[in-house]
Amino acid sequence: MKKAKPRKSYSRNEVRAGLILALPFFVPFLLFTIIPVLGSVIMSFTDFNMLSMPDFVGTDNYVRLFLQDSIFMKAMGNTFILALVIGPGGYILSFIFAWLLNEIGPKVRTILTFCFYAPSISGNMVVIWQMFLSGDSQGYLNSILYRLGISSTPTIWLKNPETIMPIIIIVSLWSSLGTSFLVFIAGLQGVDRSYYEAGAIDGLRNRWQELWYITLPLMKPQLLFSAVMSITSSFGVGTLITNLCGYPTVNYSAHTIMNHLSDYAGTRFEVGYASAIATVLFAMMILCNKVIQKLLSKVGT
Amino acid sequence: MALKIKRQINRSFGGTLAIWVLLCIFAVFMLLPLIYAVSSALKPMDEFFLFPPKFFAENPTIQNFKTLFSVFDNSEVPLSRYLFNTVFVSVLGTVGQVILSSACAYALAKLHFPCREVMFKVIVASLMFNSTITSIANFLTLRSLNMVDTYWAVIIPSFASPMGLYLMKQFIEQMIPDTLLEAGRIDGAGEIYMFIKIALPLVKPAWLTLIVFAFQALWNTGSTAYVYKEELKTINYALSQIQAGGIARSGAAAAGTVIMMIVPMIVFVITQSNILETMATSGMKD
Repeated sequence: MKKAKPRKSYSRNEVRAGLILALPFFVPFLLFTIIPVLGSVIMSFTDFNMLSMPDFVGTDNYVRLFLQDSIFMKAMGNTFILALVIGPGGYILSFIFAWLLNEIGPKVRTILTFCFYAPSISGNMVVIWQMFLSGDSQGYLNSILYRLGISSTPTIWLKNPETIMPIIIIVSLWSSLGTSFLVFIAGLQGVDRSYYEAGAIDGLRNRWQELWYITLPLMKPQLLFSAVMSITSSFGVGTLITNLCGYPTVNYSAHTIMNHLSDYAGTRFEVGYASAIATVLFAMMILCNKVIQKLLSKVGT
Repeated sequence: MALKIKRQINRSFGGTLAIWVLLCIFAVFMLLPLIYAVSSALKPMDEFFLFPPKFFAENPTIQNFKTLFSVFDNSEVPLSRYLFNTVFVSVLGTVGQVILSSACAYALAKLHFPCREVMFKVIVASLMFNSTITSIANFLTLRSLNMVDTYWAVIIPSFASPMGLYLMKQFIEQMIPDTLLEAGRIDGAGEIYMFIKIALPLVKPAWLTLIVFAFQALWNTGSTAYVYKEELKTINYALSQIQAGGIARSGAAAAGTVIMMIVPMIVFVITQSNILETMATSGMKD
């Protein structure tokens, strides 16, 4: 429909007003979002330390990244594990809880919605998790395990390469019912009840069939939007790890691409190399988004 | 009566019971860390050294909140200054973001001008950009604008939030009928006049939502790579310094965490229905 609109039909007033209203946003948007991303793609082909002028080095940074940097490989693996668990995990949990909440009465729903959403806006809860998971005599989790007789030796949860990833996953999932969750809640409330009646007449017999044949297809726009939000947050796990487990993590056991990026950009000032890391991360996110859009186009068919 | 029959289509009693049980169990799990934060904030110092540690404070006290403020008594920058910085940055950033986003969103949703579709596509793609990716180049930009080490280094980049613009655009597109604007044009109203007088009052839920999201993000601003002066740093940064103080500062750190988490929560509770109304229009077309 929209594409068929002839281009010459712009009204002068609309064009002028459109530009006046859009430009104040676009200037900072270009300056602080678009140019930096394009800039980091360009800088990724240079050797640049912020002091002297950048030197063009071709694909050296990428060669070093993929062939010589074993810590980057480790970071890549960790990022994939976290993205594969936290991304779909948070996404599915958001949907499941939104769907379950939609099945109960509106008063309780409002209260429970707050309970589920609260962790994602609780800000810097790291210190609380640290107290809870502490490896010394103050650690609450260890004391529970001790009292239940499961373990008599304290585990240093945040410094042990074996427990660090599960802990990060749990803490991330705990705070993952954020924007996507609200989008789902709102989307589900918007589904017209009469569809379900029609579905029942057409032979749908339980909640599951309703979910798959009516709710999910109607929710496709919300599913797509939330998918984008989930990808962004699941690939972006980095600061949480540093705050929770220190930097770098023991044996790089929870080192992610994001941590690697901050390391080279903020600590070593190898900006060219850091830009290459950023570019790889960004490419991965776009690829992932394409795959998910393909998958979601199959919903309800 | 009719309502009751509707609710019972394809609903088994067992299923409903299972849903209640599941929701309650998980709601408790979600709340536990938050309750632990509050109970830790109320623990007197000696209870932090109990073994085995207790979940709830036995002799609740507000001493930790007092300590939180007195810790900064001897420091160069008082706690109130950090708090002022956070409030200042949050308020200015939020106001700027809401004004710029709603203006641009209206233009993208309702006005026809060249490059409109491309602009929106770029914004959707940029929903995936992470601020760490852009931080290097942003530092260079801010330095060339002489904004490093000022409030503006935090405020100006926060103006152009793709997420806020996206939500606002979807809302305007679906909630303001084109016929209304056509009628305005026939009556001779200017485009910008219509944006301010017709569109803005109609999208109140959307700008409330934007205010909440922008405020939440800015409120939690910690240390950034663009600000070094101690007197310009935020309360979140100050609290992270307390948290680094170890066990002796646990109580004060927990008290700080509680204060920081309560503000966004209250804001959310007040605006919940508006936020959900906005989210209902947020869907993305393929």
